[in-house]
Amino acid sequence: MNKGQSTGSNDRLFSEALSCVRGGRILFRGLTFALEPGQAGLLTGPNGVGKSSLLRLLAGLLQPSAGLCKIPANKALCDDRLALDEHLPFEQALRFWAKLDGKGQAEVAAAMVGAGLDHLAEVPVRYFSTGQRQRARLARTYLADARLWLLDEPANGLDTDSVDQLGRALQSHLDDGGIILAASHIPLPIVFDFTLQLQPLEELEACL
Amino acid sequence: MNSIATIVWRDVRQSYASGGTWLPVIFYLSAATLFPFAVGPDRELLLQTGGGILWISALLATLLPLDRLIQPDLENGIYDQLIVRGLSDEMIAAARLVSHWLSFGPPLLLAAFLASGLMGLEGEALGTLLASLAIATPALAGLAVMIASLTAGLKGAGALGGLLLVPLAIPLLIFGAGSLSAQGGSALLFLGAISLMLVAITPFAAGAALSAVRE
Repeated sequence: MNKGQSTGSNDRLFSEALSCVRGGRILFRGLTFALEPGQAGLLTGPNGVGKSSLLRLLAGLLQPSAGLCKIPANKALCDDRLALDEHLPFEQALRFWAKLDGKGQAEVAAAMVGAGLDHLAEVPVRYFSTGQRQRARLARTYLADARLWLLDEPANGLDTDSVDQLGRALQSHLDDGGIILAASHIPLPIVFDFTLQLQPLEELEACL
Repeated sequence: MNSIATIVWRDVRQSYASGGTWLPVIFYLSAATLFPFAVGPDRELLLQTGGGILWISALLATLLPLDRLIQPDLENGIYDQLIVRGLSDEMIAAARLVSHWLSFGPPLLLAAFLASGLMGLEGEALGTLLASLAIATPALAGLAVMIASLTAGLKGAGALGGLLLVPLAIPLLIFGAGSLSAQGGSALLFLGAISLMLVAITPFAAGAALSAVRE
């Protein structure tokens, strides 16, 4: 479908010599890594280094300028966009995605409980606070029941209890054989199998 | 196919619930009401010009929902999530075309039926007017979706959209309003041809615009 990207039925995340150019600037190049089922990867690096672009690229929203990546066809992206109808009650807004993902009422309820938002099911999304909106994004991600979770700052705006709850959700996803790639500057309470440190390219070249 | 139906159903429900559907209709009826006041109640004059005025009003009513068609869902990340789920930009644009027509075409036809009474149109002339509008509304919806996708994310998208839509809609206006005259002939057939062409290119043109805006 996309250049250099195949979404086969394979279960692992695999990237080889991946490069990304945005706005005429090379963000990263020659990125090679792999994640097996049950493994979690952490993306770190300063602002603007391309963490979000890498996640969007893996999600199929951007084209790699070089290299290739193989990702599970069944993936979920949790970034800073809410993607829920603001004027609808939370449960109804989630139900749109549930229908697209072929999920039923029980899964919607489970996703809301998993994100600790079940008591706000009837509240329109536009009244949510920053932390509640973040938990709503997470609920949408849990609901998709995808193999690969691409998380962009999943702990942003969450209180301590919610971060613990997020950690439990991430751990149970890994235990089920899922894959997680997360960019976060807030420590997440799970064990990451590796850390991918993105660096500004100018500094990298200065070091060489 | 099932997911397209889900998306269309969401859009249509949202459009009717938010009242966005009725704005063009109210605009359309107001224009039709004001016209007899402006030119006087001369029955002959109204009969001669009424159809054309209703056509121009339909074009202008197309402009009203432009900035609400694509921009909100694009900003909210709905389209991103649809792409992540494997839908193509073209499918998203096609779904938007269908859902926009469903919330724009039938209400506009109803409004045209009511407004034609104010112009004194009846019988065959009324039938031709409604037929020409029915043929043209899918094309107007397609133009609106294309232009909304092209201008999504730009400053002053609404004004720019108006500038873009009016020239593109001229063929529709020529054949649509032309079909009302006594020598209309095959104007309706030409209108149908233009309408089909616009509907056919909408998913691809709007889809290309949607994928370009993501970069």
